[in-house]
Amino acid sequence: MRQMSGFSSTYRRELGAYFATPMAYVFLAVFLLALGLFTWEAGRFFDTGVADLQPFFVWHPWLYMIFLPALAMRLWADEKASGTDELLLSLPIGIPGLVLGKLMAAWTVAAAGLLLTLPMWASVNFLGSPDNTAIALAYFVSLLMAGAYLSIGAAVSALTGSQVTSFVISVVIAFVFTAAGWPVVLSTVQSLLGTGFADIVARFSFITQFEGAQRGVLELRAVAYFLGFTATFVFLNCLWASRQRLG
Amino acid sequence: MLEVKALEKSYGSRHAVRGVSFAVEKGTVLGFLGPNGAGKSTTMRMISGVLEPDSGDALVDGKSIISDRRAAQASLGYLPEGAPLYEDMTPPEFLRFLAEARALPLKSRRDAVDRAIADARILSVSHQRIGDLSKGYRRRVGLAGAILHDPPVLVLDEPTDGLDPNQKRAVRALIARMAPTKAIIISTHTLTEVPAMCHRAVLIDRGRIIADDTPARLARRSEDGTLESAFSRLTDQVEDENL
Repeated sequence: MRQMSGFSSTYRRELGAYFATPMAYVFLAVFLLALGLFTWEAGRFFDTGVADLQPFFVWHPWLYMIFLPALAMRLWADEKASGTDELLLSLPIGIPGLVLGKLMAAWTVAAAGLLLTLPMWASVNFLGSPDNTAIALAYFVSLLMAGAYLSIGAAVSALTGSQVTSFVISVVIAFVFTAAGWPVVLSTVQSLLGTGFADIVARFSFITQFEGAQRGVLELRAVAYFLGFTATFVFLNCLWASRQRLG
Repeated sequence: MLEVKALEKSYGSRHAVRGVSFAVEKGTVLGFLGPNGAGKSTTMRMISGVLEPDSGDALVDGKSIISDRRAAQASLGYLPEGAPLYEDMTPPEFLRFLAEARALPLKSRRDAVDRAIADARILSVSHQRIGDLSKGYRRRVGLAGAILHDPPVLVLDEPTDGLDPNQKRAVRALIARMAPTKAIIISTHTLTEVPAMCHRAVLIDRGRIIADDTPARLARRSEDGTLESAFSRLTDQVEDENL
């Protein structure tokens, strides 16, 4: 429990920092705009003739891949740039508390983004009779997936100490874990390395793990995957943030 | 109150701090002097638990910064070089963040914040964002953060650096007010303020302590009896020895 000291103060400080500057507002506005655009234009929301949110959820991994590293890139790099990392390390608090406080603050902003899409859910209920349990489930797994994407960004931010570098590296890592389930990538892997290997690659893909939830199926495997993935990057984040003490 | 024992630190092949040891008692303000890159900030970072030493230890109010880091850090107030602060916060918000992070008892948090604001004389700017404050006020907000929990040991890295004479006087007055009840280490480049502010001066160069005396006795080591000349003579000597 002592390791978690500093969690609530860090969480509040980081959440305040997002909303003290235009950062969170710009993120939310552009994220919602992009999500709307993809759902209606690329996803042809109204042309499917079905009252569900499949054309909406299908874009989540791709948009998260770009937007969430942008949200997380400042978490540690900003501390380093302004020298406040030294201030934090001089406080009697544990690194895990800092890491989780920062991650949860970014996750809360991402959750706010999802919350603001609820009118879309209301719309499909107005237009027809969707399976609301399935939609709630997809929202839940999408939120877990957002945590996984954010954990990449936060950990890399602690590693690089530069916001731009952190963003670029995080997007590349996120792309690898997203595109691994993309049919184009999978068929290439399959032809080069065989079906068995392609299956393994697909299993690590966010798209593959999120597919079940999009159909309204609760796969514990997917929940465990996203939580495990986040935990792994939280661990790496702790490791990389502690490195600072070594000089 | 503070005991520094044979601290060592290397960055790659560069030996930044080589066996630095000294002790500071309550009521003493110790001036930590030395040229740029002498190892002052590295030593202060190790004492504050920001950097892990390669070997050695620092006991803050009897608590080891190595084996009992958090307890030691709870007894220590640290102002890093340049007084880094969260610019998007107001001074009270920043102090409340520190009070929560330091897990001060809920009942005493407001009192601690009010007292630090009063002691650092920053009440008049408490509604402004830290990013909008002058350098002098920012330094005082940093000092307010360091004294928030009323620690017995204070480590202040260049608290007056870059301030105008009036701002320097205000910071010096604040340190003088706190001096009787605390052990304070201050690093500074401004040697003229050392006799007025410090009871003792430790001179460090190339990671080693080369003098530890009262500012007056240290000044007498030079031909013209000034601390500047003593500083130049002693640090030049080390340079010659290393040639």
